[in-house]
Amino acid sequence: MNRAAVLAGPCLLIVATALVGSGVSRATGVYFITALVSVSIVVALYVFIGNSGVLSFGHISFVAIGVWTAGVLSVPSGEKPAIMPNLAEPLRHTTVGNVPSLALAALAGGLAAALVGLPLMRLSGLAAGIATFAVLEIVHNLLRYYEKIGPGLNTFSSVPETTGIWQAAIGALLAIVAAYLYARSRFGRQLRATREDPPAAAAAGVSIYMQRLLAFALSGAIAGFAGGLYVHLLPLNTEAVYLDLTLITLAMLVIGGATSLWGAVVGALAVSALDSFLAEAENGVKILGVTIDLPAGTRVIVVGALMALVLIVRPTGLTNGREFGWRWHR
Amino acid sequence: MTLAFFLTIDWQTLVDALALGGIYALMAVGIGLVFGVLRLVNFAYGQLVMAGAFALALGSQWNWPTWLSIVLCFVVVLVLSALLDRIVFRPLRGQSPAVMLVTTFAIAFLLQSIALIWFGPLGKIASSLAPLNQPWSIGGVDIRKISIVAIVVTIVCLALLQLLLTRTTVGLQMRAASLDFQTARLLGVRANRVIAGAVLVSGALAAVVAVILTVQNPLVTPDFALQDTIVVLAGVVLGGLNRPIPATLGGFSIGFATGLLGGALPTAQSQYLPTFIFVAVILVLLVRPDGLFVRRAATERL
Repeated sequence: MNRAAVLAGPCLLIVATALVGSGVSRATGVYFITALVSVSIVVALYVFIGNSGVLSFGHISFVAIGVWTAGVLSVPSGEKPAIMPNLAEPLRHTTVGNVPSLALAALAGGLAAALVGLPLMRLSGLAAGIATFAVLEIVHNLLRYYEKIGPGLNTFSSVPETTGIWQAAIGALLAIVAAYLYARSRFGRQLRATREDPPAAAAAGVSIYMQRLLAFALSGAIAGFAGGLYVHLLPLNTEAVYLDLTLITLAMLVIGGATSLWGAVVGALAVSALDSFLAEAENGVKILGVTIDLPAGTRVIVVGALMALVLIVRPTGLTNGREFGWRWHR
Repeated sequence: MTLAFFLTIDWQTLVDALALGGIYALMAVGIGLVFGVLRLVNFAYGQLVMAGAFALALGSQWNWPTWLSIVLCFVVVLVLSALLDRIVFRPLRGQSPAVMLVTTFAIAFLLQSIALIWFGPLGKIASSLAPLNQPWSIGGVDIRKISIVAIVVTIVCLALLQLLLTRTTVGLQMRAASLDFQTARLLGVRANRVIAGAVLVSGALAAVVAVILTVQNPLVTPDFALQDTIVVLAGVVLGGLNRPIPATLGGFSIGFATGLLGGALPTAQSQYLPTFIFVAVILVLLVRPDGLFVRRAATERL
C-alpha cells in the first residue's frame, strides 16, 4: 500500500493542481501552468541530485537545450527568417509537431547530459558540483551567440503555445513516473547506496561513475523535455534559462527536500505559489483592502532568504526528505 | 591555433592578462582560505566584492577623498564578512559541503537582489580612482597603470598572507585547522577564532579585489563580479580544491588564460571566450580529475 502511495501522492497533487488551474481565469492560469512546468524541471534535478547527493548547477543548460530544440523545430517555416535570419539550412525548412518536438527536446537534453557527464562524473562530490557551472556557462554562451542553431539574443516568439494546463500536467506526470521507476530500479538503488556511503557501495561492486552518469543522462532528458514544455508556454530567450532559473529550481528542490520525489513536487508547487504571489505583489496587489506594492527584485530576496533559512534550520526540507505516505510514520 | 595568433599578443595584453590572473588568484585565495577551515565554498564571495565596489561608488558620489572611500570599502566588506560568518556560516558548520555551497549560492542572489533594490539595475559609477586607469608609456609601449598596480598588489598580498600563515600563531592554527579540524581543536585551537580569522582575511582580500576591479571597470552594477566568481570557482576546481596553493595557481591560470585570449582573439571569436575557457576547464578535468597542481589523489580520507 505504501509503495503505491509514493507514486500516487505526487500524481494526485499534480491532478489537483491542474483541476484548480483549469477553473481559473487565463491570466491566473499561466501561474498554474508555470508551476507544473517547474515540477518537471525540479523532478529532473531530483533524479540526479536527490539520488546521487552530488550537486549540479548545470541542469538548466539541459533545459535550455530542450528549449532550443523544441523552439527551433516548432516555429513555422514562414516565421523563421524573421526571428532566426542566420539559421542553418536544414533547420530552416524543418518544422515538426508538438509531441515530436517534445520528444526531440528530451532526446537532445539526454544526449547533451550523457556527453558532458563523461568527463564531469569522474570528479568527486564538490568539485563535480562546481564544474557543472562550466556546462551552464558554455551552453549559455553558445546559445547566445551561435545564430545558426537558434535566435541568439532574440526571443523565441511564434512558437505554438501548446502547453496549456493539461499538457503541463501530463508532462509533469510523465516526469514523475520516470523518476519513480528509476528510483525503484536497481540503478536508482545502487546510486542511493553511493550517496549514503561511497566506499561501502564501491566495495559492494557498484560503479559510482557509471551510476552517476546514467542518472545524469536521464535527468538531462527530463530537463530537456521540461524545456520543450516551457518554450511551448512562453516566448523565452537565453536569460530566461540561466542563473535565475538555476537558483529558483534549486531552491524548490531544497525547500521541498532534495532526497525524495515527494519533496521535489511539494517544493516546486509551494515555491511557485509563493513566487506567483510575489510577482503579483511586485505589480501591486490588493489584499483585504491594503495595497501591497513591492519593489522589483523582492521575489529573489524572499526566495533566496527562504532557501538559506531552510538550509540552515532544516536542511532536509519541508518533507524531511521522506516520500509520501498514507499515514505518518517515524 | 597558429603562430600568427600568438603574434597578435602585445605587451598591453600580456600585462593585462597577468593583472587579471593576479586578481583571480586573490579571489581564489580568499575562497580557498575559508574552504580550508570550514570546508565551505563561499559562492557569495563575488557579492562581497560587489558590496565593496558599491562602497567605493558611494564614496565618490559623496566626493570623499580616495583614501576614505577605500577605508569605507574595507569596513563594508569586513563587516559583511563577519555578519556572514556569524549568521550563515556558523549555523551551517557540520553540514555537508554541498548544503553549504547551495546556501551561499542563495545568499549570493539575496545580496545581489538587495543591491538591485537599493541601487537599481543600472548601478553607480565609482570615478574617484579613475586616474589609475591612465596608461604609462614604458619604452614606447602603453601599459595601463592599474595593471601594474594589480600585479604588484597581488604579489604583496600573497607575500603578506604567506607571512601570516607561516609566522604567526593564528596562521599556524589556520593551517592546522585546514589539515585536520578535529585534531587541531583537541590540541587547543579555538575554532571560532580561527574561522573568524580566515573569514576576515578572506574579506580583506575581497576588498582589495573590489578596489582593483572598480578602477578597471568603474560602472558598478548589482551583478558586479558575479561572472568573475564563477570563473574563479572553475579555476579553483581546475587547480585542486583541497589545497590553498594549487587553488591559487588554478585561479591565476584561468585569469591569465582569459586575459590572454580576450585580448588576442578577433571580435568575431571573442564573444565565445567563455566557451573556450570552460571547454578547456572540462578538457583539463578529463585528464586530471583531481586538479592540475595536486600531486596525489585528493580524495577525503575515511
